[in-house]
Amino acid sequence: MSDLEAVAAAQGPGAGSPPEPRHVDKRDKPRSLAGDAWIDLRRSKIFWVASILVAIVLLMALFPTLFTSADPRSCALSRQHAPASGTAFFGYDFQGCDVYAKTIYGARNSIQVGVLATLLSGIIGLIFGLGAGYFGGWVDAFLSRFIDIVLGIPFLLAAIVMAKRLSADPNSNGVMAVTITLGVLGWTTAARIMRSSVIASKNQDYVAAARMLGAGPARLMMRHILPNSVASFIVVLTILLGTNIASEATLSYLGIGLKGNAISWGIAISEAGSYVRTAPGPLIWPSIFLAATVLAFIMLGDAVRDAFDPKLR
Amino acid sequence: MSDRNDVVLETKGLVKHFPITQGIVFQSKVGAVRAVDGVDLQLRRGETLGVVGESGCGKSTLAKLLVGLEKPTAGEINVRGENMVTLKGGAMRRARRNIQMVLQDPYTSLNPRMTVGDIIGEPFEIHPEVTPRKGRARAVQDLLDTVGLNPDHVNRYPHQFSGGQRQRIGIARALALKPEIIVCDEPVSALDVSIQAQVINLLEGLQNDFGLSYIFIAHDLSVVRHISDRVAVMYLGKIVEIGNDEQIYEQPTHPYTQALLSAVPVPDPRLRGLRDQIVLEGDVPSPANPPSGCRFRTRCWKAESICAEQEPLLQIRERSPHPSACHFAEPRDVVHAV
Amino acid sequence: MTDIKAQIDVLPGLDPRAPLLEVTDLHVEFRTQYGVARAVNGANFTLAPGETLAILGESGCGKSVTAQAIMGILDSPPGFITKGEVKYRGLDLLKLPESERRKVRANQIAMIFQDALSALNPVFTVGYQMAELFRVHRGMSRGDAKRRSIELLDQVKIPGAKARIGDYPHQFSGGMRQRVMIGMALALDPEVLIADEPTTALDVTVQAQIMGLLAELQQQRNMGLILITHDMGVVADVADRISVMYAGKVVEEAPVYDIYARPAHPYAKALLESIPRLDMKGQELNVIKGLPPALTSIPQGCAFNPRCAYVRDECRQDPAPPAYTVAPGRTARCHFWREVVGDE
Repeated sequence: MSDLEAVAAAQGPGAGSPPEPRHVDKRDKPRSLAGDAWIDLRRSKIFWVASILVAIVLLMALFPTLFTSADPRSCALSRQHAPASGTAFFGYDFQGCDVYAKTIYGARNSIQVGVLATLLSGIIGLIFGLGAGYFGGWVDAFLSRFIDIVLGIPFLLAAIVMAKRLSADPNSNGVMAVTITLGVLGWTTAARIMRSSVIASKNQDYVAAARMLGAGPARLMMRHILPNSVASFIVVLTILLGTNIASEATLSYLGIGLKGNAISWGIAISEAGSYVRTAPGPLIWPSIFLAATVLAFIMLGDAVRDAFDPKLR
Repeated sequence: MSDRNDVVLETKGLVKHFPITQGIVFQSKVGAVRAVDGVDLQLRRGETLGVVGESGCGKSTLAKLLVGLEKPTAGEINVRGENMVTLKGGAMRRARRNIQMVLQDPYTSLNPRMTVGDIIGEPFEIHPEVTPRKGRARAVQDLLDTVGLNPDHVNRYPHQFSGGQRQRIGIARALALKPEIIVCDEPVSALDVSIQAQVINLLEGLQNDFGLSYIFIAHDLSVVRHISDRVAVMYLGKIVEIGNDEQIYEQPTHPYTQALLSAVPVPDPRLRGLRDQIVLEGDVPSPANPPSGCRFRTRCWKAESICAEQEPLLQIRERSPHPSACHFAEPRDVVHAV
Repeated sequence: MTDIKAQIDVLPGLDPRAPLLEVTDLHVEFRTQYGVARAVNGANFTLAPGETLAILGESGCGKSVTAQAIMGILDSPPGFITKGEVKYRGLDLLKLPESERRKVRANQIAMIFQDALSALNPVFTVGYQMAELFRVHRGMSRGDAKRRSIELLDQVKIPGAKARIGDYPHQFSGGMRQRVMIGMALALDPEVLIADEPTTALDVTVQAQIMGLLAELQQQRNMGLILITHDMGVVADVADRISVMYAGKVVEEAPVYDIYARPAHPYAKALLESIPRLDMKGQELNVIKGLPPALTSIPQGCAFNPRCAYVRDECRQDPAPPAYTVAPGRTARCHFWREVVGDE
């Protein structure tokens, strides 16, 4: 099929593409793009593996008691580095705490920080991206330069400064501080993706058609541009979720993240670091969980992006 | 049937220049693409005015100007006497209802995330005064029926329809606000030959039923001849010849029109080698830098020095009973030359 | 400089007396998630030197896929040639290993496409791309290759060829780019040129120029030309024979004059009646009701039966109509072709 229809639809090489079945859908159910994406997702192994992992981690965060009845904070120095016994599958760390329990309970803070920080980044990124993309001109120039400036800030340096300042109050456990730090520093990629999607959507014929009908900017943005540019944005966010969890762990490891007697994977890894030669368990297990979680979110983002990829339908 | 005196659309000296700028921070204008450079035309009620020309002639820009997607650099667009260019706000919105457009590409002119019912119903949402909320669903279904689609398919998505059907949806959307004028911008170019016929027949039927007036923009001269009452030929932003179908197709007087017509292959092998073949040399000049005087002179076999000095106006001439922009306008039957 | 054509290995099995190109019973299918799309279902073509064969049809009829199969550039997966032979001078190309196939491509059979901008590499100059052909396939030196390239650009009537050798594809206009593509296709003097909708994206005046150029070049070289298009006007101007395709089959094959005067297949007839003609005004445009079938569910019997004005019960039953001989050199896949011919 190399004639006008294929070219118009594909804008691709004239060598012709495999003929798409051009037919009216015989089934009665209307199939939205999301519906079609779901059909693709269902068949992706990566999607299922990632989803199951994510589901497990979420369960750990929400209902840690489902996984362990031990109290992560009941530590006894007498059990320092004791090997695994009973329900303490991973043994005990240098403080005599149940490593397994700590790992399970650590999920909560990690996920919480990750989700909230990503949400914050998402909102900021959406506003900047949509604004820059839709309005163009000097608004775009101004916002884009602002994004560039934020991008130019060295992450670790800024994180250290922000986190330290925000958690100055000795009573806080640092969760809000870290959340805000990560949220405020991590929105730039999402904003850029949003901006380019918006610019691409803005030039579509159907937007011109709506403008011609007399639609105002609000309707154009909400009804036409946003729904069609949000796919890549969401994918970036899922990946951002993974990296935020890792970042929280990094900050906690460096001692500027969560404080007090908060439990998180980063803190666990940090504390276990010095004893890795004698007792590798308390370091290895939280690391595995951390890596698996980050990987799961990233894989999920990949699968969703592939499914939403506008294959010509 | 067109009432001679009932002009529904008129443009006077319509101009659209796109500035070419240089510089990153402080942009200075270094030139302009003169896409539409002074177009006067009239459309009467119930009439179809075809606009033909090749790439770069400005017909697409003309279409966008007429429906308000671009603002003219100069000139008037009078719809039922009102100059659309000077209207603002509510008055402009209301006036815009009267002139709608059918777009070229059925694959990109419909929002893939909206149902067909939403797409056709959107005009009603934007202009709530046209149809009360209660009657909208019914109106949408009626529109689907009018364009030959099954009204039960309101909840389907564009990708579930074929190209020809999507174009019908686009036509239904254009009809929603009951406009008097519809600008068709290459409405069948992206469709298969056998489907083109369906859509053309539909457009003609709708015109008869609703007394619509069309501006039909296309590059396919055969299609334009079939559907149009009068035809305007554009070249580099200007109309070079305008007349009724017989005048343009059988007695064209402008050299460009003649060349254009002679280049259209006719599906009759018996005419092979017998037709009057005018093959133009060279490429179309850039619209940013059109030739002085007559723009066509760089490719015209009749060009003389006057053509570079004096721009020929679009007017009736000694040997051209219909307006033609050539100092040496002369009829030549290119199509029937056997 | 003369071409060193003798440098190419003469492919074993070539028979100079066999038809230039002969496609027999070609079947191509695409295995997609929606099912198996039968793009080509038994297509037959022959081509002689100096002849122009037009393959006419609408989107989804299989004409482009056929061309890709002949050239060996089919996307596989998801496309698979399941049956048939493509014989170039007696040698079945489908049985050749890819390395041999590559030699045939460009040297003996070349192809040009609809969109020159995506067929040409945007990051290399036109001169470089052309010269590369000569250097790689003919072993020419840089200087010779460059000289040859300029000659070629002249042949395709690009003004100021010497200067334009250093230009990039995007610096040419649409028509000029098409000429460049034609030049590159003809660089190695192929015997067969397949043109897949070469002028569809061009303005009509440019189209006339390009078609004129192709005709001239074909005559000079006694080349066989396969023109794939949906434009019945272009076909009437240049073709010697026409094969009309529908749903992957050649439904009518005839010399050009015969098919326009008295089509023998209802689809060909309906197609001719549905196009507006420049020299006629106000004739009723005949509409072919319905839509072309989805290639995953081609109707039983004759694929055209749901839309046919001449349909009877037999048309809906398997087997599909064979290619009846209407006249010497003329076939039509319709049980009732006599009626169709008689009706003109």
